[in-house]
Amino acid sequence: MTTTPAEIAEIAGAVPDPELRVVTIGELGIVRGAEFADGRAVVTITPTYSGCPAMDAIRDDIRSALAAAGYAEVEVKTVLSPAWSTDMITESGWAALERTGIAAPGPSGTPTCPRCGHQGRPTPVLQISRYASTPCQSLWSCRSCLEPFNAIKKL
Amino acid sequence: MSETATGVELLGLGDDALIASQRLAEWVSRAPTLEEDVALANIALDQLGAARMLLAAVGDEDELAYRRDDHGFRNCLLAELPLGPGRGDLDFGWTMSWLLMLSAAQLLRYTDLAAGSDEQAAAIGAKAVKESTYHLDHATQWMLRLGGGTEESHRRVQQGLDGLWPYGHELTEGIRDRWLAIVEPVLAEAGLTRPADRWRPDGGRAGRHTEHLSYLLAEMQSLHRAHPGAQW
Repeated sequence: MTTTPAEIAEIAGAVPDPELRVVTIGELGIVRGAEFADGRAVVTITPTYSGCPAMDAIRDDIRSALAAAGYAEVEVKTVLSPAWSTDMITESGWAALERTGIAAPGPSGTPTCPRCGHQGRPTPVLQISRYASTPCQSLWSCRSCLEPFNAIKKL
Repeated sequence: MSETATGVELLGLGDDALIASQRLAEWVSRAPTLEEDVALANIALDQLGAARMLLAAVGDEDELAYRRDDHGFRNCLLAELPLGPGRGDLDFGWTMSWLLMLSAAQLLRYTDLAAGSDEQAAAIGAKAVKESTYHLDHATQWMLRLGGGTEESHRRVQQGLDGLWPYGHELTEGIRDRWLAIVEPVLAEAGLTRPADRWRPDGGRAGRHTEHLSYLLAEMQSLHRAHPGAQW
């Protein structure tokens, strides 16, 4: 069995986010590091939001994924610094989110409608609520196609 | 670590966040709109997240949250007060006045932690600052809308402000001027009257609390005390 940190990082990084299953935790920038030490795989992760209820599920999913790949002993560590930011989401992560109807915050903080591509001019894209179905999203409404959509909050 | 100056501060801030989280959770399924229900639940969740990081830095988080009696808590009195004029009341205007006062202070405290020399405390502060910014913004937006809204919304948000203002002294000890620099412009823009500084109740940081904390803890701790160490 190969036990390179790169392989451990790849397996952990491929774990889907438990709440936003279209993206992996690697694409979200949650996986901070991976190593193999004293016979066990050690994965370091960082929370998106400090109270994110998905963190426990993510830890369990990482253990399961590595166990399935033959790692008998797995440790998942959590680090806070540097604090997670939306800038840590990868390009493929943003693309996967957009495909499922979740917009990026946009440089000005106003997202582009993921359904019709409307950018808020001349009719606005309105923020309905700064908080939405997960801590990291806000709720918007597009005045062009009239559909509601979620956007990742800039953090 | 809990005996050091940083430890004492982290415990106080952790207790503020924990008790605030429990208070805010009273709004779940009872907020005026679905969006607001989700917002208040999310803010409560952020508070709980901050509390877990802060309490885990000074000891066993479960032990600290579930096994201390009221005199063991070091939260400021504001955090434990009912979110309305009396015990068991929930008033939205009152709650937004409370959230404005609390989140402005938390933002400043976390900013100071982030800039401090204790590495772990700095990491927690840097994380919590981002979330606090959203809480303060949320409260600010509502203060402007309620203060400049109807006669009734104005009356209720002002009533909350008047009732809670005295507790702002303990909340902002050492950061009063910076806190006023955040809060006063919001009140001015919302057309609200900044209450006069009169009495200054305190004692929370020393473990002397209002009776409201006892009721809150009874609800928060009863399950854990009935089933110590239970997991699910």
